[in-house]
Amino acid sequence: MSVRDDFTARIPGGDAGLIVLVLLGTYLAYVLAGFVLGYTLRGQLNSIATLTFYIGVFAMLSLALNLHWGYTGLFNIGIVGFMAVGVYVTAIVTKPTYVAGGAAQVGGLGLPLWVGILAGMTAAALLGLVVALPALRLRADYLAIVTIAMSEIVRFSFLSGELQQFQLFGNRVGFGGGSGLILDFAPPLEALLRGVGLWNGYLGFVDAFQVLVPRNPKPVVDGLVYGLLLLGFVAGFYWLLKRTGESPFGRVLKAIREDEDVANALGKNTDRFKIKSFMLGCALMGLAGILWLVPQGAVTPNFFRPRVTFFIWIALIIGGAGSNTGSVLGGAVFAAVLYQGPRYFQNLVSAVFPNLDSPSGFGQAISPLISQFDPVPFLLYTVDSIRQLQLVVMGLVLIWLMHNRPEGMLGYRKETASVIPLSRPKSMTADGGSDDSVRTDGGVDAAAQGGETDE
Amino acid sequence: MSDAADQPVEDVANKVDEDALGAFASGVDTSVDYPLRVEGLEKSFGGITAVDGATFEVEAGSLTGLIGPNGAGKSTTFNLITGMLKPDAGTVTFNGEDITGEEPHEIANRGMVRTFQIARELSEMTVLENMMLAPKHQRGETLWRSVMPGVRDDVREQEEELLERVWEVLDFFDIAHIAEEYAGNLSGGQRKLLEMARALLTDPDMLLLDEPFAGVNPTLEKKLLEHVHELREQGYTFLLVEHDMDLIMNNCEHVIVLHQGSVLTEGTPDEIRSNEEVIEAYLGGNV
Amino acid sequence: MGIAETYSRGRQLAIERPFALVLAVIVVVLFGDLLRGLATGQTQFADIGTLVWDGLMRGLVIGLAGIGLSMTYSILNFANFSHGDYITAGAFSGWATTYLIAGLGRADIGALLLVGAGGSVYGGTLGIGMLSTPLAVVAGIVVSGGFAIALSLAVDRTIFKPIRNEDGITLLITSIGVAFALRYLMQFVFGSDVRGTTAQPPSVSLYFIDGTVFINAHDITLLVVASALMLGVHVLLQRTKLGKAMRAMADNKDLALITGISTERVVRATWIIGGGLTGVAGYMFILWKGTLGFNDGWLLLLLIFAAVILGGIGSIYGAIAGGLVIGLTASMSVLWIPSAFSRAAAFVVMIVILLVKPSGLFSGRATA
Repeated sequence: MSVRDDFTARIPGGDAGLIVLVLLGTYLAYVLAGFVLGYTLRGQLNSIATLTFYIGVFAMLSLALNLHWGYTGLFNIGIVGFMAVGVYVTAIVTKPTYVAGGAAQVGGLGLPLWVGILAGMTAAALLGLVVALPALRLRADYLAIVTIAMSEIVRFSFLSGELQQFQLFGNRVGFGGGSGLILDFAPPLEALLRGVGLWNGYLGFVDAFQVLVPRNPKPVVDGLVYGLLLLGFVAGFYWLLKRTGESPFGRVLKAIREDEDVANALGKNTDRFKIKSFMLGCALMGLAGILWLVPQGAVTPNFFRPRVTFFIWIALIIGGAGSNTGSVLGGAVFAAVLYQGPRYFQNLVSAVFPNLDSPSGFGQAISPLISQFDPVPFLLYTVDSIRQLQLVVMGLVLIWLMHNRPEGMLGYRKETASVIPLSRPKSMTADGGSDDSVRTDGGVDAAAQGGETDE
Repeated sequence: MSDAADQPVEDVANKVDEDALGAFASGVDTSVDYPLRVEGLEKSFGGITAVDGATFEVEAGSLTGLIGPNGAGKSTTFNLITGMLKPDAGTVTFNGEDITGEEPHEIANRGMVRTFQIARELSEMTVLENMMLAPKHQRGETLWRSVMPGVRDDVREQEEELLERVWEVLDFFDIAHIAEEYAGNLSGGQRKLLEMARALLTDPDMLLLDEPFAGVNPTLEKKLLEHVHELREQGYTFLLVEHDMDLIMNNCEHVIVLHQGSVLTEGTPDEIRSNEEVIEAYLGGNV
Repeated sequence: MGIAETYSRGRQLAIERPFALVLAVIVVVLFGDLLRGLATGQTQFADIGTLVWDGLMRGLVIGLAGIGLSMTYSILNFANFSHGDYITAGAFSGWATTYLIAGLGRADIGALLLVGAGGSVYGGTLGIGMLSTPLAVVAGIVVSGGFAIALSLAVDRTIFKPIRNEDGITLLITSIGVAFALRYLMQFVFGSDVRGTTAQPPSVSLYFIDGTVFINAHDITLLVVASALMLGVHVLLQRTKLGKAMRAMADNKDLALITGISTERVVRATWIIGGGLTGVAGYMFILWKGTLGFNDGWLLLLLIFAAVILGGIGSIYGAIAGGLVIGLTASMSVLWIPSAFSRAAAFVVMIVILLVKPSGLFSGRATA
């Protein structure tokens, strides 16, 4: 552990430097793999954009979860429910009003996207309040079960035929049932650029990009710029949560995590703090969900299965709960290695061997291995099923982490919960208090030192 | 006490005068000689009565001891007074106001703060963080103030003020040298010191100490008692639950004896010492 | 004192009453609505009978699987999120056996072992059923139990035992990892399609007031097997020394040592009993509903959690009763709300119980 600490201490820029370093390393690996496979520039840029996108969303989500679990000790495994509510409410608010005969089965309120995003975040926060008010007094494992049940109730509601369409302020709106909703409005990037009056300039930039990517450069540029935008949001989340954590507010949250009764006995209204923390985290989860799904152009309820929640948990645990830096790193590593990595690998294999015919089932894959010791079909089936196997791997990684590094990749990292460094103020004379105290309690120094050497 | 440690004591006293005691002292002048009054407190758990009509008062500025044989209901009484448990019947009055059934944080904010029998330090927070947590009404406990640029400077200012006080109190309790240590790494005695120091930082009028000397070595016990006496002279009121009879008898001026959930008798240590009922209760409890 | 007592009781009730009152109102309204439906002929008694029977069957599966979850929850002190995938694993092992015995010589062995993955062979074609292929079904039941026991013991030995002394949350998170690994490994092997497993079982129609309620052979099988196993567990826990040790350990680990049975032995017994019941529950669930997919156990898990919490963690009778309540809630809720919300209704019942009486309806009787 000390080796690791030395290592992180030597990185210029501290935590931010570490994050940048990990990101650069990841990108380098992806680009190198792309070169080996003879990717075109377009292909390279696309894979970078996709990678950035997932790093962004998972880093945001694991930061938000860190506020719940790492800071406040709230075991929320209903993350995906808050994301879903954020996305669906944004969709209903922002979708253009219903026109008979149009492509969309239902319409929306036709309001600007930023209104929709605010509404979505508010709705997610309010759902958080509804869950929090009664459930925050429950044991951690009960809160877990309540939150996951809530997220399933949300999914069933969006799936149901009864809420497929209904009237809201005289508009025909709805959740679209199992087939979901078409998000037929300008994606966040376009809305943002139009909002600040840079849209035409952006289009000019896209045209200039034809030098690098000759045909139809817009999707490529869109992907890259949106990725950057997401990283900007990650920085915003990080800033917000770092300030939240390093403050008297964060101090109370930390105390609640450690021992709620003590915080209460010291005059802190712990319920109120928990509710605020929970609602803030839920709003951020809603926002992350919006930024993830709105650019996809459509959304279906079954995207919001509990497994997405567990992805975020794995990301947080990889990075180490309790640390904002760890959350970002965990999100990035999860996105690059566990989430995108296997898919990228699958793409690589099919690029190298374009005409492979992989068996359609486990039976056809395994029987040549048994009867003729021919492993090829089995390997092909493995590569073909990589989306299932990556979930197996994630499960195994989670088990391994809990066995070997429950404190996460960065080790135990403690971010002091205060606005200022807590060393003795310079105005005060450091008196000989420490000399006296040795006399007061023989165990004092021995224990303090013991604690240090144990670490 | 060394000279070095005397200095901060005055600072603590000054703070007390400025902030909490000001309001408190005016209360004393009128009618409230007894900041804490407990009347007919009752609590039972699944048919077993733990506290059965306990009634007593604690005089302002006193060091009052609450004793009783095992199972007399001392801890339950403490929990009922501080809001950790809700009484089935009876009232608790603090500074003339009925606080029965209030939440622990409400009671703490009224100026009555407790420590726990088994020291409950916040183990993954440093001693400094533990201490910084305690002061009441911190501006930065409001989320937006902590986050918003500009407004956060206010918070920073208050943090700087608090930090000075925290270091003063750390010096007063002679635990400044472990300030950066994680509370979980402290020895049992240090935890007790930390708890008392932390409670003091809330600017209480009255401190309820639940067996503060349990598991503390004799040297530190002496030290803790010195602190308690000093603080009492500054005007704090103490209610002390303690197992150790001698300790109570030698230090408290008023002793309340609980037996089977109600007050058996009360008086000066001498009166208690010569009271037959008390001796019987203790012997009966032990046999 | 009497007045004070009455006053404080009254105050306490006033605080708790809003919840109870709201609940009572809801129950009355629902019941009234049902009566209205029956009176106007919108709802038939036979419909209700069918739903009750359906809920009962569902409840037996949930209860049977819930016993194991409840036992591990109280004795090992963690919410095991991989329990649902033990159900699926038990079901696949048992149904592979059933397919093999019923279809031997009539289809490719590989296809049979993979329970007809990719539509290679259909349970209906093989004519699988309790009456048509009794040997295959009985063998399947036995294997499903045995396999689930072996699986839960192996997982415990390799994964849970090394972190036995960690807190419940660490174990819970680890069990989520186990769930992921198991579930998608099963998808890898058996494919993701939902297959039909049985031929249409013969059924009897019972005349019920204003219509008929159908009860088929697999319903009866489920009823008999589940009841017998529940009775068996009851006898085991009440009459044997091991059972007493398990009950003691659920209350207090140190206390259990007094009985002279080591904690690890109790833990092993817990997995054996819980795992076995869970595997059989998985098999019976599939026999009863006639389809099998890799997600079945996971989808059932939250309902089982609901049942276990409802009944009070650690109580096997609670788990059974909770299972029946949850099963009936899920089935009968369609009388009032759209069927898309029937699972949601069961979750709502669980959440309400957690809020009103977090210790469950049968609390205070650990594993008894």
